Amino acid sequence: MSALIIASRELRSLFLSPLAWSILAVVQFLLAYMFLSQVEYFQSLQPQIAALEDSPGVTDLIVVPLFGNAGVILLLVTPMLTMRLISEERRNRTLSLLFSAPVSISEIILGKYLGIAIFLGLMILMITAMPLSLTFGTHLDWGKVAACVLGLGLLLASFAAIGLYLSSLAMQPVVAAVGSFGILLLLWIIDWNATVAPKRGKSWDISPCSGTIRTCSKG
Amino acid sequence: MQMLCGNLAPSAGEIRINGIDLLDAPREAKRHLGYLPEIPPLYRELTVDEYLDYCGRLHGLKHQDLHRAREESKARCGLKESGKRLIGNLSKGYQQRVGIAQAILHSPPVVVLDEPTVGLDPIQIREIRELIRDLGREHAVLLSTHILPEVQAVCSRVLIIHQGNLALNATIQELERHVHSSSLTLETHQPVDTQALLKLEGVESVEQENDQQCRYLVFCAHGTEPTEAIARLVLEKGWGLVELSPRRRSIEQIFMEITQHEE
Repeated sequence: MSALIIASRELRSLFLSPLAWSILAVVQFLLAYMFLSQVEYFQSLQPQIAALEDSPGVTDLIVVPLFGNAGVILLLVTPMLTMRLISEERRNRTLSLLFSAPVSISEIILGKYLGIAIFLGLMILMITAMPLSLTFGTHLDWGKVAACVLGLGLLLASFAAIGLYLSSLAMQPVVAAVGSFGILLLLWIIDWNATVAPKRGKSWDISPCSGTIRTCSKG
Repeated sequence: MQMLCGNLAPSAGEIRINGIDLLDAPREAKRHLGYLPEIPPLYRELTVDEYLDYCGRLHGLKHQDLHRAREESKARCGLKESGKRLIGNLSKGYQQRVGIAQAILHSPPVVVLDEPTVGLDPIQIREIRELIRDLGREHAVLLSTHILPEVQAVCSRVLIIHQGNLALNATIQELERHVHSSSLTLETHQPVDTQALLKLEGVESVEQENDQQCRYLVFCAHGTEPTEAIARLVLEKGWGLVELSPRRRSIEQIFMEITQHEE
């Protein structure tokens, strides 16, 4: 219960600052641009692939790359959202309000996590709205779209968890942001390494980066 | 202070708030506690009402109770008009009031205030002190401060902690008795005859103050009041009375004595 109260305050503060709005706007703009160029690319390709047997459809050529790109962009954006979660409260000395209230530490963390998770959920909704607009002209493979949404959701949930952890360690928000950037980029590099040199063993492939989306959308 | 309010873990000992162990049952104990840290924990981007609602919900207040508690604590802290204003736009004194309103919102039996008047102007200090005295009638208020006159103004019981040890535990009346010491300051126009003064009952010794010609320190025996006799003598002899007053030791001096005595 207290976790929900903390989460709602977190969300409110997020939307009272220009940060949340500008992040939503910038991400949406970038992805819309990518989405449109992908649609154009598909249109130019359509006559050729129509002749092929078992050709890749709209979902494979537009929706899956869109979510892949979203994963990469949000990898760069999530640390900026998560950095202030706890370290800013510590710096503004507002943390003692939570400590001296009848709330347990796990509720505080859960509340913070829920707050950022709801925000990221909103972002996923906005991203999903783009492929949904395609249903006016064609029909999509709903299984694959759902898999993409789930994959991106899980990916962002893990990003948020990493960011929250680093925010709880750092005194300054910027330090938390740099730390989570580092960890997320490292995971990305590991993932990229696995695709370049797949012989090194399967274990690399479990890294939670864009691989998640790739596997989700294939299965 | 921070340990009392669950912000730091103690390395030894136990903390009881209203009889409930803070370490064993932190939730239950913190329910009985209102805490204003040295820097008030305010979210600058919220309005006063939003902020107090948030604090109230954290303490488990709901709907009607929440609304009533918020209005009540706003009224007590003189914030009735400022409910819709952003905390970030309030003056330091008003922010301090919001901090206090937050601490008394859920009417806890114990209110802990850590240096509540730091950085305020004299008028604001007086208002906040009045508010604290007012709170003291219904809540147990634990006030930490480095401003000693503030202690005299608002407290009923004084604890002095020096290097982690309890150096003094006294009511303010006991402290007042410390303050009234047994010496008088006497200032005249003409030099006085110390021998004549010494003959008066209760006068133990007379010292001339270093820098000034006709300023004396008169030490009296314990429990005697020779002030009147001295005044009469000075008038009779025509020395010209300028000042005759009991020397009050300031609370600072007592503080210094106690802490240095400890060493």
